[in-house]
Amino acid sequence: MNALAVTTAELSRWQFAITIIYHFLFVPVTIGMGLFVAGLQTAWYRTGQERYQRLTVFFGKILLINIALGVVTGIVQEFQFGMNWATYSRYVGDVFGAPLAIEGLVAFFLESVFIGVWIFGAGRLSPRVHLATIWAVAIGSIMSAYVILAANSWMQHPVGYRKVNGRAEMTSLWAIMTQGNLLEAFAHVMSAAVVTAAALVLAVSAYHLLKKNEVELFSHAAQISLVVLLIGGISVTTWGHFQGQLVSREQPMKMAAAEALFKTEKPASLSLFALQPFEKYPSKNTVNITVPHVLSFLTDWNWNSQVRGINYWQSDYQKEYGAGNYKPIIAVNYWSFRLMIAIGTLFVGWASLGLWLVRRRKLEQSRRFLRLSIPLLALPFLANTFGWLLREMGRQPWVVEGLLKTSDAFSHAVSVQAVAFTLAGFVLVYTLLAGVEAWLVVFVVKGGPAPPAGEGEQPKRIELGY
Amino acid sequence: MGGVFLSLQGFWFVVIGVLWAGYLVLEGFDFGVGMLMRLIGRDDAERKAVIGTIEPVWDGNEVWLIVAGGATFAAFPDWYATLFSGYYIVFFLILIALIFRGVAIEYRAKRSEQRWRSAWELAIVLGSAVPAFLWGLTFANIIHGVPLDSHGEFSGGLLDLFGGYAILGGFASLALFAFHGAAFLALRTTGEVRRRAKAFAIRLVVPAAALVLAIFVWSAADSGRTDGKWIAAAGLATVAAVLLTLSLGLIVRDRDGAAFAATALAICSSVAAFFVGLYPNVLVSSGKAGSSLTVFSTSSSHHTLALMAIVALIFTPIVLVYQAWTYWVFRARLRGDSLPGEKLLGGSGSRPTS
Repeated sequence: MNALAVTTAELSRWQFAITIIYHFLFVPVTIGMGLFVAGLQTAWYRTGQERYQRLTVFFGKILLINIALGVVTGIVQEFQFGMNWATYSRYVGDVFGAPLAIEGLVAFFLESVFIGVWIFGAGRLSPRVHLATIWAVAIGSIMSAYVILAANSWMQHPVGYRKVNGRAEMTSLWAIMTQGNLLEAFAHVMSAAVVTAAALVLAVSAYHLLKKNEVELFSHAAQISLVVLLIGGISVTTWGHFQGQLVSREQPMKMAAAEALFKTEKPASLSLFALQPFEKYPSKNTVNITVPHVLSFLTDWNWNSQVRGINYWQSDYQKEYGAGNYKPIIAVNYWSFRLMIAIGTLFVGWASLGLWLVRRRKLEQSRRFLRLSIPLLALPFLANTFGWLLREMGRQPWVVEGLLKTSDAFSHAVSVQAVAFTLAGFVLVYTLLAGVEAWLVVFVVKGGPAPPAGEGEQPKRIELGY
Repeated sequence: MGGVFLSLQGFWFVVIGVLWAGYLVLEGFDFGVGMLMRLIGRDDAERKAVIGTIEPVWDGNEVWLIVAGGATFAAFPDWYATLFSGYYIVFFLILIALIFRGVAIEYRAKRSEQRWRSAWELAIVLGSAVPAFLWGLTFANIIHGVPLDSHGEFSGGLLDLFGGYAILGGFASLALFAFHGAAFLALRTTGEVRRRAKAFAIRLVVPAAALVLAIFVWSAADSGRTDGKWIAAAGLATVAAVLLTLSLGLIVRDRDGAAFAATALAICSSVAAFFVGLYPNVLVSSGKAGSSLTVFSTSSSHHTLALMAIVALIFTPIVLVYQAWTYWVFRARLRGDSLPGEKLLGGSGSRPTS
């Protein structure tokens, strides 16, 4: 019985991880590209220049293919809390249900109602109202990110609640909606979404510049994307840093795991590259390249401060919560953290290099830069995934930090076979649809933008349609 | 019955009933249009017109489901938990159907090859019919009862959700949404497509009304109760049946708007009958082991219910206004026999030809 129960929980974790990672491939594109397309359409509305109209429609089509999968995989997430995590839902519903309901009522309606109007309404609305609809979509998606991050931040750092009758009950929605953990995560995720969209626009523009297709148009798009990429890259790394400092206070075990710091150090060295069987022999590093003092400095701006290690927090948690293993999987956290940072930093450099080429008026001729910009598009998606792996797996064994363990949170009414069946089903369907979506995006990208209006033709509208 | 509004639990029960009514009216016709798209649309241009009636609005319609789910989570966490984990496979099938249907509506138009279109059209038809059936099955099981244990957890198996009553409920909602969708198409199209939609509506009204009546008669016989609440539910069910019959007459007389309003109200009355009959339960226990879940045994704290009531009272009217506005924007009838290359349009709010 017990062995069976563990498996339901384990399979449910795999299912949640796979479906949420998949869903979050589309979310940052929706947020970032939504803003980007809204910006382009605003530029068209203000200046009347045709290039902005053409770019709006072209990138709008890519946005729409992406939104289709983002929307339908989002419903799965809301249902899964009840389906696979019934015990969790009972425990947290009083607190956690509120942001979910608010997200639907305030954000999803705005986003989903107006996306239909934006796609099909150009001929029926004034340009001004039509412009407002894409902003409603962009604002809806941003609000949705804020509210769902409020729910997630509460799982990382519960505030504004009390424990009554064996469950958490809300005492302050305000505290939940304004805590530091949320604000910094929101800034970080928004920046990451902007970086993802900018990298997408850069890759698409690079493709056409390499083909010498619409050079003027895509040179312009590439320049915009490089500026956005630089700003977004600096923002995402900066907020990542502040988030790290906050997490080292609010979830010290997570940060210790992310640094693979087992023993407390004073001053603490920053590990750049460690090879070790992390879980088996925590004290024996076969390779560990470190920089002295730097971890202390990064943690609290003090070169000589003490940073407590995994072993300290393990015994500390045991004192507070009883016997058990309170260590997350160290290797996952350590490498997710490092790879995410490396990608963020790389893009700051890449954008700087690109802008330097723009300044030298050599961007269109720099085939190597353009050619590399295309495969680099995979990196923001990886970095987004690493970020969530760190945030979610670093919190383990807790599903709500300090309140409820993941192993206790699953649905008792659901059999192992049932979860195995749905897990296989989701993987199958999601893989199929990912293939179709990728193929359609490539098809649209290769097709390029519609030709400009000819002599004497009416200036075109933002005609989209499916 | 008036006592419902005297408690916050009662208020939230009504809110969730309203959200489900909104969802089933709006996505109900999306389902109907989807199910019938290949029958009413005979060629590609007609199918484009048929699907064009829901293209701009289906996404916003589906949010009613997400909000109904979120509101249940926030207001009645134990109801949400037992229902969603107990109906695990049923809800999984609904999710997969909604996923395919959602992407199919958009992806179908992306390529013009016959095989591509047919494949996504099949996804639209199945993705509409499967949830239309399973929502009826879900609601029938809620009121008819499922096995619950002493902790209020679902203790049955998948087959416990496929009893005769539940299957009848599934067919009732399937027929009802098909009829509702045909009435919507009659209102939103013109020409041959409209004529065919009307023919389908006329054919569908008898099975829809008969199945809805059958499920209510079974429910009445089932409960063996005759208290005021049950009489109110029976009254609402009768209203639904009368509205369905009325809509037939309106369709025959070309009063498309009124006919669609009648089918929409028939769905609202059916949902109202369901929730009135259910109160104060939210999930009935069929066995002896566990008692039924009620609004009081499953609800969130007073603080959360009160706070969320304020949020709901502020934002729901705003949403209703702008969603209604989108239906006004897309009020023009579509036709399926446009000249090649011409955009689909017609009726009053048409735009200049491009």
